[in-house]
Order: sequence, then C-alpha cells, then structure tokens
Amino acid sequence: MTIPHKKAPNKTLQIRPSPHISGGASVEKIMANVILALMPTVLFAIYLFGLAALVTILIGTFSCLLTEYLFCKANGKPSSISDNSIIITGVLYSLTLPPGLPLWMVCIGGIIAVLLGKLLFGGLGYNLFNPALVGRAFLQAAFPSAMTTWYPAMNADRFTSLPLSTLTFPFTTPSYDTISSATPLAAMKFDQILTDSSDLFLGLSSGSLGETSSLLILTGGIYLIARRMMRWQIPAGIFITVVIISTITHNISPNTYPSAQFMLFSGGLMLGAMFMATDMVASPITAKGCFIYGLLIGVLVMIIRLWGGMPEGVMYAILFANAVSPHIDRWTQPRPYGYRKTKS
Amino acid sequence: MTYKSFPHGIHPPENKDHTSRLAIQQFPFAPVLIIPLLQHIGKAALPIVREGQEVIRGETLARADGFMSVPIHAPASGKIKRLSLVAGISGKMVPGIYLEPTPGSTQEIIEGQPCLLDTATPEEIIAAIQAAGIVGLGGAAFPTHAKITPPNDQKSDHYIDTLIINGIECEPYLTTDHRVMLEQSNDIMLGIRYLLKASQAKHAIIAVEANKLDAAEILRVAIPADIPVSVEVVAVKYPQGAEKILIKALLDREIPAGEHSSSVHVLGINVATCAEIGRLLPHGRGIQERVITISGPAMNKCGNYRIPIGTPVRFAMEYLGCSDDLSEVFLGGPMMGNALPSLDIPVTKGTSGLIAFTQKETGPGLKVYPCINCGACVDVCPMDLNPSQLGLLAKQQQYEQMAKHHHLKECFECGACSYVCPSHIPLVQYFSSAKAYVRKNKAA
Repeated sequence: MTIPHKKAPNKTLQIRPSPHISGGASVEKIMANVILALMPTVLFAIYLFGLAALVTILIGTFSCLLTEYLFCKANGKPSSISDNSIIITGVLYSLTLPPGLPLWMVCIGGIIAVLLGKLLFGGLGYNLFNPALVGRAFLQAAFPSAMTTWYPAMNADRFTSLPLSTLTFPFTTPSYDTISSATPLAAMKFDQILTDSSDLFLGLSSGSLGETSSLLILTGGIYLIARRMMRWQIPAGIFITVVIISTITHNISPNTYPSAQFMLFSGGLMLGAMFMATDMVASPITAKGCFIYGLLIGVLVMIIRLWGGMPEGVMYAILFANAVSPHIDRWTQPRPYGYRKTKS
Repeated sequence: MTYKSFPHGIHPPENKDHTSRLAIQQFPFAPVLIIPLLQHIGKAALPIVREGQEVIRGETLARADGFMSVPIHAPASGKIKRLSLVAGISGKMVPGIYLEPTPGSTQEIIEGQPCLLDTATPEEIIAAIQAAGIVGLGGAAFPTHAKITPPNDQKSDHYIDTLIINGIECEPYLTTDHRVMLEQSNDIMLGIRYLLKASQAKHAIIAVEANKLDAAEILRVAIPADIPVSVEVVAVKYPQGAEKILIKALLDREIPAGEHSSSVHVLGINVATCAEIGRLLPHGRGIQERVITISGPAMNKCGNYRIPIGTPVRFAMEYLGCSDDLSEVFLGGPMMGNALPSLDIPVTKGTSGLIAFTQKETGPGLKVYPCINCGACVDVCPMDLNPSQLGLLAKQQQYEQMAKHHHLKECFECGACSYVCPSHIPLVQYFSSAKAYVRKNKAA
C-alpha cells in the first residue's frame, strides 16, 4: 500500500449548491452590450444635431442616474446603478427626445421615467412599463408643443452653438430661434409630403435624436440578436404586421396611406422595435409570447399612425403592449415534458 | 452529418480531455474503508457481520432489506472494525461499517453462485442482479433489479420493446462511461444479453454522444451477430444523459408525467451498470468497486480509477495529491454533483466522479440580481418548465402553488437554468428546497 505523500489541506470547504459552474452571463454584461449596441445611434445623433444632442443625452442620462442613486440612498438600500441598466434607460429616454428640447424638461422627464417607471415598481426586474417611454409619455402629455417642435438636422452651426430653446429658464415657455422642420411622418400625415426612403434609411431627416437612422439602429439590434441578448421575435413580429397592414392600405389608396418601406423606416418604429419593445423586463418571457407581443405592437402602431390623430404611435403602442405582456405570458406558458400526447 | 438530439439544453465546456485518454487504473486500498449501508435509493441493507469479524473480499456484509434494497459486499479482505453511523453525502448520518483491509492480503475475490445466461430464467437474472448489489452507476443509484421488474399493476401495455444502454455521460469532466465503453465492450455485450433476456426487450440501443465516436466505433465492432443491438450517436448536449431526455432524443417518446419509462416501453440502463452485470453475474460476485473519474483543477493527478467502494475522499485526494488552493470538492459532475461538507466521506456505488475546484473556479461568489425576465432559463429547460416563474414563487415561499400549478415535481434539477441565469439566481437550490418542503407537508 502506498503511503499518501501529501496531506490534503485541512480547511473549510465551500458548500455551494449545484450547478458548480456557470455559463458566465450576467446582468451587467447584457446591459453593457445594449449600451454598446446603442453607441452608433448615439454618435450619429450627435453628428446630426450637434451640441444639442450631446447635452440632451448627457443631461437625460445623468438625471436618470442621479435619481436612482439618490432614491437608493434615501431608502438605505445599496445603490443599484452598478448593474448598468439605468444607463440604458437614460440613453434610450434621451434618444426619444426632440433635439432642442429645453434641458429642464429633459431633467423632469428623466426623473419621472426612473421614479414612476422603475423605482416605485420595485426597481430592476419589476417595472411593468419601459421606464424610458414612461418618461417620454409624461413629457408628451405635459409639454406637447415643445415635444413636437423639431430642430432641423445638419444645421451648419450645430457644433458651435446650442439652440436657444435648450437653455430656457425652468418653467417658462421656450422660444425658438430656427424654423422648426416637420418630421417625415408629420409631413406625410398633414401635408402629404413623402421623404425619400434612402434618406430615411440612412437617417438624414429630422426627428427625435435617436430615431432617424434605421441603418445604425438595425446594426445595433442585429448585434444583440447575434449575441443572444435580444429576442428577434419581437422586432420580427412588429415588422411583419407593419409591412402587411401598410402594404394592404397602400394598395387600396396609395395617396392617403404610405408604403411599407416608409412606415418601417420613419419615426420611432425602428428604435422602438429594436430597443424599446425589447426591454426584457416589460416583454413576455417565452419566444412565442414575444412574437405575439411584437404582432400586437405592430397592429397598435398602424392603427394610431393611419387612423389616429397623431403622426406617431410607437410609444403608446409599446406601453399598451407592456401592460398586456403579463397576460400574454399567462397564455403562452410552455407545456412541460410529459404533458403532451405521446407518440408511440 | 446531423445527429439526433432534444430541444433546449446547454453546451457547458466539456473539460473531458484531461482524462478521456487515460486508461482505467486500479486504485489502492485505503487504511480504513467506510461503507454506508444505504448507497442506493430505498431501504438500508441489514448488516450480517459482527465487529471484529474477518471478512473476505466479495463476501456479503449486509443483506437486502426487502425488495427496494440491495446487499452490500466487502470491498476488501480485512477486519470489521466498527458498526456505527457514518456520514452520507447529504450530511445525514446513515448506518455503516468500518472495514480495515488486511495489509499484504492477496485480495482475491470470492466467487458465488453463478447466474448462467443460457439456463437462467428472467426472474433468476433479476434476482441475481439484486444479489450482486447492482444499482444505477450513472449517479441515481436506483436498484437495477427494481427497474427491470415489470410493474405489477397488470397494465397490459407496460411491456418493454427497447432497451437503451445509456453511454451519454453529458456531465462535464466525467469520463468513466467513456473509458468503460472503450475497455469493457465485451462485458457490456454480455450485460446486454442478460438485460435483453430479463426484460424481454426486442432490441437494444447503445446511445453515445458525438464526443465519444471512438467508443461508438469499438462498440459497433464488438456487437455479436446474434443479438439485436445497435449503436446510436446523438449530438453533444447537456442534459441528454437524463433518462427522460434521452428517450425523447432517441425515440421521440415522452414519458407521461408521473409514470415510468415502462409506459413508453423503454428500459434505460447506464452503460457502466450494464458492464457490471456482464462482469459480475457469471461469477456470482457482487459490486466491490466501481470506475470513477477523479479530476478538476485542484487535483494533481487526474484519471479514471477502479476504486474500492468505501474509499474515503480524503485518502483518494491525498494519494493523488491536491492543490493547497483547494476550495470545493464535489461528487458527481459539476452540473448536478453534491458539494462535500468534509473530506471524510466515502466513495459509494452512485459516485461517478470526484471533482476538486480551486479558489479560481469557485470565485468570490456571483452577485444575485432580480430576475430580468430574459427568458434564458425557459429557453434551456429540457422539461419545458418556466424556471423564472418557479423562482419568483420560491422566493415568496409559494411552494404549494409551485407544485400544484407549475409542475415543480417535473424538475430533475439538471441545473441548466441556473447555469444560464444572468441574474445568478440559485434556481436549483430554490427548487430542491421547495420540493423538500412539499414532500414533508404531504407526509405530515
């Protein structure tokens, strides 16, 4: 018999529950990747709208961050900003805002987004609605004119000066120095002017900061889908219904209803489909549920856009679908193994 | 070539290369062997030896206590030092025997009443399997004879048509079944003959994952012409080795909830168990040792060993040498294995692996976040459950709700959900304690 050559270290062993290995995924990593995927859109917004975009995104994100930090502090809880999710909320929220929006409004919307959209529900993982859209919805209701006044893209002095309206003194009506330009959707809806679809796809048009370039938004979304950090069923569901409904209506009356191409690449549809609707917490959990949820958003968007009073409907469509999401979850529970009829 | 598989599941790093090419080696006897009398699912065996008695290797130490029990055989010739409670792997104390192997003994194994394939009836084969103390060596340790015995509820449709020999071994690190298939193909074929006769199955399928093509080839060559056996290679995926999942992958049959594999006409036997049947029955011997993989970054000499039952983990680790940075030791694979509270716990019949981790692998412990509803767990669950929903309910201690409406009992704790969870929620731990609670409440 061999004498043991070395004593086993006599120390307390860890008793971890199985499994003893992990796949390495983490909330922080998912969130960091979403931020990365948003970066092309953010940079393009700054290129398109200059300093106005830069300060809006910075202030918008910072107001969200600070709100969450102070809320945690006031409640004696450990700060939850390190999970990166609040940065996504902040950036996404900022990207939905029109350039030149008074910064005090940006601040208020950010506070509302985080406080009412996220923290009061219980923080990360518990929000019923996409917090960024809650913030935007509030601004839309409170300041409808400021939210639909569009600072034009590609202004010559965009990198040297801020639009006058940005620095409006809090709680006063903003004044505008440039003639506001219409978004492609509003131009279509109210004046029947069509914007060139290649301009739309590339993003050389007016609109909210982050919604203009479908190309860059798609790039970021495809990156997340490829890394399996986003359910492709959600944007797919949205695109399918939007294309089907707009193709039908366009064929019936080409002058009243725009083409599918226009519908897909205009307004907040791309940003909404790729980054807003796909908020994991506020969307269904199963792949099947996500597809149904996507279809629902598509239908709602089209109803609002085609027959509603507003040119754009992506935000409300997503918020309504968020509310339905828990119910979709209940209808689309997976059927467990052994509860099916066996083939034999 | 695309192989068959099942929906969902995960692909954890295999980590089998350290040991898959190392031949099975005989492990020496420890100075003292600790032999629990309950190494299987069911009732503990009843000791038939006294303290101080000399026993011969292979002699029966304890007899089966009824049908759901198997005897225990002496893993070594030596002296019974003590009959007392010993620590089981769950930390619970069970009756056991301390055996001191006699130094310098030849360690000859005694022969018993052989069970001859040609003359034995199916009932005699089943009895011989019980007498040999054979249990599921894949880790479940369910008495094999009880599994083969046809259910006595007189349901005429519970016949067996397919015998599945499970050589999947989907747990990372483990290579015991792989080595057994490479080195004991004749034992396996003989075991299949016994099992075909005992179960009256029409044919047998040896299932192997695509990472063990060498084993599949050797087995194909070893199949005798006169028995209906085929080798089927399936895609590499965890947890394909679980019986329910393997039946689904191979035959596209699902065992109805709450029923046994016999209701879909399948008998599943682990390949190492099958090899033991072929090795032991012709000699009337019982299990005194088993093949185990000893591996992991904290082990100095990884390998596959034929190790005496009752070898204390401490002896095995000291004999092979382990890192000072040792942090966690578990029996079985890293996905479903149980972490040991101490090293003074023996290797038993159900131990397929002994894996040791250093601080580097165990790390500082991952931060747990709330569920973000990402659905990763739903996408991987091989049983098509909703681990996210179950996890939320477990956190609120809604155990009854979990059992009644969310199919808690279907979870076999494969760990795929915890493995992928980005919030690092200890889902498996939640589910096993919820199940324990529900069981206790039902009993009360």
